[in-house]
Amino acid sequence: MLRHHDRVEPKRRNVVDHRKKQFASPQYKHAEYPHRLNFYIDAPTADITLEQFEQWAIDRLRVLGELEACSFRNKSPAETATHMKSILDKYLPLDSNSSASGKLALQRQKDHYSHFILRLAFASTEDLRRRFTRVESMLFRMRFHTDDVSERAAFVNGLNLDWWEAVSEEEKVQYAEELAAMLPVRKTIEDESWFKVDWERVPDLVEQRRVFLKQGKAFVPGREQQSMVVSEFTTRLEKQLELTARALPRLDEDDRLKPILTHLSKNFITPDASYMAGSTAPEGANITAANIDNLSQHFPACMSNLHRSLRRDGHLKHYGRLQYTLFLKGIGLNLEECLVFWRQGLRHKTDDEFNKEYRYNVRHAYGEVGGDSNRRGGGYSPFSCQKILTEHPPGPGEAHGCPYRHFNMENLATLVQSMGVNDRSVMQGIKEDKDGQKFHMACNRVFEHVHKTEIRKAKDQGVMTANQLETIVHPNEYFKRSYLLKNLAKETADVEMEG
Amino acid sequence: MPHSTDMQASSPPRAVKDEPMEDEAAMPAHVANPAVDDDAEMEQTEETATATASQGDKEIKKDVKLQDLFDDDDDSDIEVDDSIFTPTNVANLKASDPEIMRQFYQRLFPWRLLFQWLNHSPTPTNDFGNREFAFTLQNDAYLRYQSFATADLLRKDVLRLMPSRFEIGPVYSANPRDRKQLGKTSAFRPLAKELCFDIDLTDYDDVRTCCDKANICNKCWQFMTMAIKVVDAALREDYGFQHIMWVYSGRRGAHAWVCDKKVRSMDDQKRRAIAGYLEVVKGGAQSGKRVNLWRPLHPHLARSLDILKEHFQQDVLESQDPWDTTERAERLLGLLPDQTLRDSLRSKWDAAPGRSSMSKWADIDAIFKSGAASKKFDGKALLEAKQDIVLEYTYPRLDIEVSKKLNHLLKSPFVVHPGTGRVCVPIDLKALEDFDPLEVPTVQGLLAEIDAYQGAEGEEEKKGVADWEKTSLKPYIDQFRLFVNGIMKDEKATAVKREREDESMEF
Ligand SMILES: [Zn+2]
Repeated sequence: MLRHHDRVEPKRRNVVDHRKKQFASPQYKHAEYPHRLNFYIDAPTADITLEQFEQWAIDRLRVLGELEACSFRNKSPAETATHMKSILDKYLPLDSNSSASGKLALQRQKDHYSHFILRLAFASTEDLRRRFTRVESMLFRMRFHTDDVSERAAFVNGLNLDWWEAVSEEEKVQYAEELAAMLPVRKTIEDESWFKVDWERVPDLVEQRRVFLKQGKAFVPGREQQSMVVSEFTTRLEKQLELTARALPRLDEDDRLKPILTHLSKNFITPDASYMAGSTAPEGANITAANIDNLSQHFPACMSNLHRSLRRDGHLKHYGRLQYTLFLKGIGLNLEECLVFWRQGLRHKTDDEFNKEYRYNVRHAYGEVGGDSNRRGGGYSPFSCQKILTEHPPGPGEAHGCPYRHFNMENLATLVQSMGVNDRSVMQGIKEDKDGQKFHMACNRVFEHVHKTEIRKAKDQGVMTANQLETIVHPNEYFKRSYLLKNLAKETADVEMEG
Repeated sequence: MPHSTDMQASSPPRAVKDEPMEDEAAMPAHVANPAVDDDAEMEQTEETATATASQGDKEIKKDVKLQDLFDDDDDSDIEVDDSIFTPTNVANLKASDPEIMRQFYQRLFPWRLLFQWLNHSPTPTNDFGNREFAFTLQNDAYLRYQSFATADLLRKDVLRLMPSRFEIGPVYSANPRDRKQLGKTSAFRPLAKELCFDIDLTDYDDVRTCCDKANICNKCWQFMTMAIKVVDAALREDYGFQHIMWVYSGRRGAHAWVCDKKVRSMDDQKRRAIAGYLEVVKGGAQSGKRVNLWRPLHPHLARSLDILKEHFQQDVLESQDPWDTTERAERLLGLLPDQTLRDSLRSKWDAAPGRSSMSKWADIDAIFKSGAASKKFDGKALLEAKQDIVLEYTYPRLDIEVSKKLNHLLKSPFVVHPGTGRVCVPIDLKALEDFDPLEVPTVQGLLAEIDAYQGAEGEEEKKGVADWEKTSLKPYIDQFRLFVNGIMKDEKATAVKREREDESMEF
């Protein structure tokens, strides 16, 4: 690992320098791109125009933004690839050597340069770095997957990764049983080319028990090579971004670049960040502690379950409280009311216990206390579906998470029935969504079902645009839309009555 | 899974560095103990308060990350439960009584070994000096970011503040006491910590029938024995780790400290990977079947199953009798995937109320053989279902958050559990089956043993014998010393090797 570090060190200086070079003292060096895939090890050195600089970055950003949206909507890799094809063709095409395209060099240069420009734009904060690494790795993985087999092999060989060794024939015999357990049923050990690496190299495979471990060595089937290469890509990018971040303050402000870079990073906002405290109370809504029971009819299954659990048990475990508090903050419940809500909700706690153990947490969630950055940021943002689906799955006795994902079908059915779903075909649809891991679709399905009258009305009257009715990917959006639709219906009903 | 996990970002709030709390008003911990009537103690309290005001080094747990805050109330280790209290002849003082604690820290606690364990060598290094300690004081205030250059300074401060217990955190890149000056720069970041595991019997409440909540007995302790065997085997055989110490947590659980050099510097991703590898029983109360595994079983799971099925008959079916009533038997039926088989079993059991779990378990095979299952449910499917059930009832239930984060704090070995008075002693794996948590020495008992020894032995023998040697704590301290020496020997070997390599490089 350290060796990579050392190796990238001079490159970082290049990242810094090239911008000056490319704009200040023109010099021309033609980069060579023997492969379609790129680990982005060398920083660009040739000149491009300011227009290219901006346009290429924006094009790549479109691709990354769309990729991230696919993951927020929990699309499978295959669905993502289908969805992304036209976008990639338009904004960031990358042909194989065998295509004999005349644009190879230009395509690859754009891919190379736009990656490095976005590194500068997204190195500044940990959050941006994390997201950039994540989507860039997704992009790399997708391209790796679709790459021509022999060209891919040439690319991997060219990486000179010296940290894997082939598993010997003796080892294959010795661990025949263990290795066989790692393969799909019809395959035999001989069908696979096995690699042996330090387990630290393939933490994701270890985590999912997709490799056999022996004394710290992971025996990796050849088909997992992709995973190893992608993880190497991710690791290197993470490191390089940190180096870039440390170098950023030393980049003297290039007047022409700074606004572009700032603008780029601002355009990469996450759905998580789009719900801040107090900003989303629907107009005229009575968002108070006393009214939460009533408002809970507008909650998505995850929050509805938390609310029910709290009312039933008089308690929620920590992640449940966190997820629910942030949601309530997001629907516009102010801090005072939120404290009232929890004081009443945690009914087995004495005032003293509440003040000692819970009050601070709620205030922290609202950004009233805590470190500077917490207070400045107004506390944490309400959790998005993506976050709820993928982070901290509920453990024993915990009620947080996404019921569509974390409940079994029986318990899920009970929950959605209590939310007003009694239609068998809808229930069947939910089951299929769940089986196909499309938890969002299940949630949106329930939403559409319980609001079908209102949605039809809204569409008929043209009061809500198609845009306002697209897939929900945030619990707070679920609430807001539900609230608006129901009240829209009420208003309309009132008008009709009067008329 | 639509995405493989390496693509999934880690939790951002979790990744937020611990932030010291600047809001003084929100620090109830500052309130000094109002119940002091003794001058010496009063002085001590003031001293504490001064230290806080001047250095600002008093921080309650509540300034950690948001998630950790929400954790507090679930950690009910501090509750006092007198039912487990063994009366001794050292009056009827509570274990957390300041005088008891003072004597314990002064006479019994193995300071030097603790120092060597964390320092990895006899001469002080940053491994110890930049290590965070966190004290829980008598008034429940929580002091984070304490650090000490030597064992003696740690001991002195412990005797001054008399914490009811203390926890061990990571080694930082700088002295934790200087973190404020360093601000939020990367100059202050956690570098290393042992890989820790925490297993607690309360997580077994749905499978143990003998006790619940904070209570334990020898029957349910068997779950802990099984858990230790399975986790320990995986860590040693699969990962090749060597320096693993299991410690009784003082009441109803056990902690593991994996201390190998390269383990200590692992980042969170690697810790998460190990945690995920070991985690099998998933989901909350609403998840239904909680063990869902691919076939063929991964070698780690096949080995675990071999270990666990030995215990399943005796320690689960016989001792716990988990499906004795009709209602409880429904849980078993719910885990069998075939409707026809379920119905046959249900009618058989309805006709024979009070049938033991042992018999019910045997009934599954018998009924299946008699042909009362649907055709598509074959012998292989039955075997797999039964394997999943064995794992659901016996596989270790880890408090996985403790293992995932480099900068998670964990209670130190050899401190006293304030509720039970028991010392958090290492568990000898060679005699794992014999470990009896209810026989673990209590602080009051140990102090009485010193007194008894003084009465019994002649003047000659008394000289040169340390207090702990006069007590039943001795075997545990001897065991700890052996463990610590093993680590120091290894680190010394690597240091010498590195030096040699450096030398050879120069030539
Ligand atoms: Zn018990």
